[in-house]
Amino acid sequence: MRKLITRLIPRDPGRSFVIGVPYLWLILFFLVPFLIVLKISMSEMQVGVPPFKPLFGWADDFLSVRIYLGNLFSLFDVANDNLYAVTYLSSLKYAAFTTLLCLFIGFPFAYFLARSRPTIRPVLMMLVMLPFWTSFLLRVYAWKGILANHGVLNNLMIWLGVIDEPVRMLHTPFSLMIGMVYGYLPFMVLPLYANLVKLDVRFLEAAADLGATPWKAFWLITVPLSKSGIVAGSMLVFIPCVGEFVIPDLLGGPETLMIGRVLWDELFSNNDWPRAAAVAVVTILLIIVPLAIFNKYQAEQQGGGRT
Amino acid sequence: MGELASGHPNVVAPDGTLAAAAPADTHFLRIEKLVKEFDGLVAVDNVSLDICKGEIFALLGSSGCGKSTLLRMLAGFEMPTSGRIFLDGKDIAALPPYIRPINMMFQSYALFPHLTVWDNVAFGLKRDGLPKDQIAERVEKMLGLVQLKPYAKRKPHQLSGGQQQRVALARSLAKRPQLMLLDEPLGALDKKLRERTQLELVNIIESVGVTCVMVTHDQEEAMTMASRIAIMSEGRILQVGAPHEVYETPSCRFVADFIGNVNLFEGKLTEDASDHVVIETPECTHYVGHGITGTEGMAVSVAIRPEKIRITQQPPSDLARPACNWVKGEVVDLAYLGSYTVYHLKLATGMILKATVASVERLPDWQPTWGDSVFASWDEYAMVVLTQ
Repeated sequence: MRKLITRLIPRDPGRSFVIGVPYLWLILFFLVPFLIVLKISMSEMQVGVPPFKPLFGWADDFLSVRIYLGNLFSLFDVANDNLYAVTYLSSLKYAAFTTLLCLFIGFPFAYFLARSRPTIRPVLMMLVMLPFWTSFLLRVYAWKGILANHGVLNNLMIWLGVIDEPVRMLHTPFSLMIGMVYGYLPFMVLPLYANLVKLDVRFLEAAADLGATPWKAFWLITVPLSKSGIVAGSMLVFIPCVGEFVIPDLLGGPETLMIGRVLWDELFSNNDWPRAAAVAVVTILLIIVPLAIFNKYQAEQQGGGRT
Repeated sequence: MGELASGHPNVVAPDGTLAAAAPADTHFLRIEKLVKEFDGLVAVDNVSLDICKGEIFALLGSSGCGKSTLLRMLAGFEMPTSGRIFLDGKDIAALPPYIRPINMMFQSYALFPHLTVWDNVAFGLKRDGLPKDQIAERVEKMLGLVQLKPYAKRKPHQLSGGQQQRVALARSLAKRPQLMLLDEPLGALDKKLRERTQLELVNIIESVGVTCVMVTHDQEEAMTMASRIAIMSEGRILQVGAPHEVYETPSCRFVADFIGNVNLFEGKLTEDASDHVVIETPECTHYVGHGITGTEGMAVSVAIRPEKIRITQQPPSDLARPACNWVKGEVVDLAYLGSYTVYHLKLATGMILKATVASVERLPDWQPTWGDSVFASWDEYAMVVLTQ
């Protein structure tokens, strides 16, 4: 009995509390909602409130469990309806392009930020954060105004004589990419900056000393040593980009299929909660499984050593 | 003493001759009036040096004396404000570091953490575009030289401090540089390992035959490893010479005090002859058995190393001039350090005189202890007269 009590009361309550709070948070606000969504995805649709049939039934002392996998299976039923498969691939494609573009723009950005004089660094950092001071939605709307047929950019180019008539930019893959890269660039810059600012300049000096030109030293030393920053930034951009809804809805066009919009349509237009839940579950699996494999590989490679 | 080498810093010993004559060899590395300023602050102040081929040359000074800046200018990481650097006759002051035939062993090594030992050593060779088999052969040879062949596949963080130091050495030697720079080469090692590594490092460098310039704040390290030492303070070079020269004939008070321990008596020159001088200090009269360049009445310091002082119970009787070169004092402190004992004697003027007595006998007849009144004496060649 005493043993049980000592096991229940931790020896170091402060420590358990500090670890316990985030655990509790994640269980309550991540795991439980996910399980609810998973449950809905495996139930049948019905007209009524709620708009899905219960998973568990209790009648005549019988506990019945009805698991319907039709919603999940139908997403992969390419022969019948390939909308979902095509949309998933399209989402992954746009997310990948956004990540690459953010990396190409963000890396030099973060590099010069990290190499700038320490006195002006806070100002530069604030400029990176500045867009967060305005609503995300407003900023995406602003892009609508810039990219519209009679928007700022077209008018400017006509005035300059570069083009004769407006170029259609809004509701194209181009406007989608502009919005996504614009919106997610800070998420790439910040982890890269945090990584690059720690990079010891002596490694670059050693590389130069051994005959590496600055360009060679960049590829052989800076890039490999900032790998963890590149990975962190890419994940912070890629993962939310796959499920992004607002930007494709406002700036994307009919040809820019993204899973977020399909999910929205299933939930709000078709009122098909189980199918929308299935779409969400598959999206999560689509992101988590490759990431888990990647992380495992990464951990094995480093062998617990430093990066 | 040798001829005055052209461009060589004029370092004059107390006896008026050139203290540090460069070994008879061409000036392989020649530094001419090198100046480096940072925002108006002078870090390196008009330094000129000649370093010979195959020599291990040490820049010795406390932190902030400009020795590291000088080394970084040799490596090419800092551009001199003015002055020139010649390596084997070619002016290299304007070349970027990746073109200079110079390699550096960095303080705390700067080994690339993401590369294996093998790849670290091969890094410089790959930049030269050597064929693969030549690179492999050279890396194997280098790893053999520093006895790290079994560790080729390891990453730097899997090695001990001493092993990392050897990887750094192999990496900087791999390209067969014309000049190797060592920045506090053993600073990151603990004392015992440092002592063991000093001579090992010298042996490896000498077996390769590369010219070395090293920077250190550790005088023992400089004296063990270097054939010549330059003592720096506030961006200037105060004295250049072989270890025994800077120790036995320091050129100024700073050098005398910086290298080893010294007792400094402040006094006046009262008799100036060509073969001897007499200096009056409040503590005693010093009869110095060699001439100096000075004038009677000028203020000078007499420097005596603690190990050159004898301690006796009775007034010294064996002195050539019984009135000179001895003082009476009280033992106020003593420290037994095994191989020798350090005594602090308080003289009548209040000056503390440091003297060391080697533990020659296991059980000496007499050992001074706290509170004892003793006599300290030294012979007329034990002293150096410092005029600046």
